[in-house]
Amino acid sequence: MSDRAVALHAVAASAPAVAPVQRPRPRVGFDASSWQDLVGALVAGVSGAALLLVFAPLGITFGKLSGGIGVAIIAYLIFVVVYGAVTWLRSDGVGVANALFTVLSTSAAVLVVTALVSIVGWTLWKGHAALVHSNFYTQDMAKAGPNSNLKVGGMAHALVGTVWMISIALVISAPLGLVTAVYLSETKSRFSRMVRTLVDAMTALPTILAGLFIYAFWILELGNEQSGLAAALALSIMMLPYIVRSADLVLRLVPGNLREASAALGAPRWRTTRTVVLPTARSGLATSVILGIARGIGEASPVLLTAGFSTFMNTNPTKGPMVSLPILALNLIGSPNNNLKARGFATAAFLLLVVLVLFVSARLIAGRSAGEVSPRKRSQLMRASARDAQRIADSQQMATAVAAEATP
Amino acid sequence: MSTATATAPFDLVLGDARGDQSGEVQRPRKVRAVEGVGDRIFTVVTRISGFLVLVIVGAIGVFLTTAAMPALRKAGFAFLTTQAWQPDIGRFGIAGVLVDTILIAVIAVIVATPISILAALFITEICPERMRRLFVTLVDLMAAVPSVVYAIFGLFYFQGALVPVARFLATWFSWIPLFHVPGVDVSNPNTGGTPFSASTFVVAILVAIMIVPIQTAIMRESFRLAPLGEREGAYALGSTRWGMIRSVVLPFGRGGMIGGTMLALGRALGETIVVYLIISPVFTVNWHVLATGGNSISALIALNNGEASPFGRAALMAAGLALFATTLVINFIAAAIVSRSRSGAESDV
Repeated sequence: MSDRAVALHAVAASAPAVAPVQRPRPRVGFDASSWQDLVGALVAGVSGAALLLVFAPLGITFGKLSGGIGVAIIAYLIFVVVYGAVTWLRSDGVGVANALFTVLSTSAAVLVVTALVSIVGWTLWKGHAALVHSNFYTQDMAKAGPNSNLKVGGMAHALVGTVWMISIALVISAPLGLVTAVYLSETKSRFSRMVRTLVDAMTALPTILAGLFIYAFWILELGNEQSGLAAALALSIMMLPYIVRSADLVLRLVPGNLREASAALGAPRWRTTRTVVLPTARSGLATSVILGIARGIGEASPVLLTAGFSTFMNTNPTKGPMVSLPILALNLIGSPNNNLKARGFATAAFLLLVVLVLFVSARLIAGRSAGEVSPRKRSQLMRASARDAQRIADSQQMATAVAAEATP
Repeated sequence: MSTATATAPFDLVLGDARGDQSGEVQRPRKVRAVEGVGDRIFTVVTRISGFLVLVIVGAIGVFLTTAAMPALRKAGFAFLTTQAWQPDIGRFGIAGVLVDTILIAVIAVIVATPISILAALFITEICPERMRRLFVTLVDLMAAVPSVVYAIFGLFYFQGALVPVARFLATWFSWIPLFHVPGVDVSNPNTGGTPFSASTFVVAILVAIMIVPIQTAIMRESFRLAPLGEREGAYALGSTRWGMIRSVVLPFGRGGMIGGTMLALGRALGETIVVYLIISPVFTVNWHVLATGGNSISALIALNNGEASPFGRAALMAAGLALFATTLVINFIAAAIVSRSRSGAESDV
């Protein structure tokens, strides 16, 4: 550093007459002409890939990288290289790095969204054949042979099974999860930090282990049979960490000064939690439970080991095999028969729709962060507050009046 | 408790305010909180529920170990070195399956990590404010899509689309041992897709799609918390957006990046249904990731549990125990890294 400064100084001293040529810094950033670069590079990418495709049969193959994904990869690579080169014309390395980062990052987001849209779209499109028949929602598969058409049989038994399993799992995991989340957010001790780490680790625990554990404990050790209840137990173990984690996140967003205000008014901790913390985070807590349901509904592996399989309706979760939507979809997909397969696609599509609805409703409920209220609610609160102020003023007035009467 | 540390200096101030000039050593008043009955119940109930979580994780380990004992005792150390799964004749071990599991998970993470980092950076740094919520919702939704749906999409659509890519890699990069497909003339255009389907590669790409949203969500959170002052400082020094990200956001979010990647690795190790539905199971190590055949511990359990003998079941429990131990270690490391980093829970300002 200092060497360089000395050198610069020497240069400046030796040639004082020559003024350094001032050149404008190369432009960096995104403006109108960058759009032209971008569109041009895109065109170059697409047409380059098309050219390679056209010439491929003539012998100039590019390793038989055919098919949609291959062409897209080639087009994208050409696009990135061309875009980098075009940017280089007007900018320096710093600018090129910035431009390439912007393009790569945006395309990663586009890729993710494309993947999501294509998975959802493909599943719904494959599933619509059986989804449009009303019997699909009202009948089970007991009477539907391999060759019966889509007007016979459906997924009613799996629907009932899923509803039972999720309800039981929810009854177990929602209270336990919410109380644990309260514990994690309201106390700060070494033990609570340990529990939080454990919950984090549990979130990423393979879900099949929940099934295996219930299998080892509930079925092998305690001698119960495979049933909806066993599956529900496995699902509740699997859902618990999700509920705890997201509820804990929401509870930690409750402003500390609300808690302190409550404590300063003399409220004990449980009352602060009940009347201040939980109501403030209500919508977030609902979201965390709904997201837990969305997770549990789609999970197949814990149910696979614990619930058994049946083709007929079973409304008793404590006795006999029970099937859930994901398991039915897996089972039907595996069959060689096209009608059964179509029902499998439809079951998966229905499952996806249920998850979508749950997810959207969770987002709607969680539209606001903790403490933020809708305009209507705000005016309600303000009216209530005005009433309180009036009441206090009235009572004060009355008190002074009484006092005045008492001292003549 | 934090209240004790908070009140101590307060009390000293009070002592000074009393104007005690006698020179005696001032001692802070002992702080004693009188807990009411309600609070005592509250404390006990919440602590019990926290304890229950501990009990559940412990019970998983204990019961898996108990159920696995017969198999572990019979196989001994060979359980970790045998590449076969025939428990009824006493030849079984997870060496092959474990390596195949790790292959799937590592390839998935290698594919998913750059995409996740870039997508998370897009959401926090590039995306216009009003579209940010939409992207966040879409990524979270992608994490909520059931694995059955991914598996079916993979088996009936995505596998067919991936086979040409696998063929390309096998044609040009077969000098890399990992990409070599033995016994197949890859340059022959008449070779069908069969040698390339049901492979580790196909499954790993699908698992990568599944873990991208998880990774992106964690990285997004840690990038978002990069301090505004340092960002503005970088811009004020003439940095470009990428320069700012490289010098502020990425170093700050390193903990989140590592932690998110390790959590995704844990998830990829345990993914069941995709492997179960797509792969054609082998029990030896298949290093040729593009060629048919692979396995994972969770798929092994899901595939074999139905018709296993009691002893075979014990062997599966042992495999489950190995998976449990592996993922738990990885997750603990991940959680430790995330919470040690500056972007952890402590920086809630």
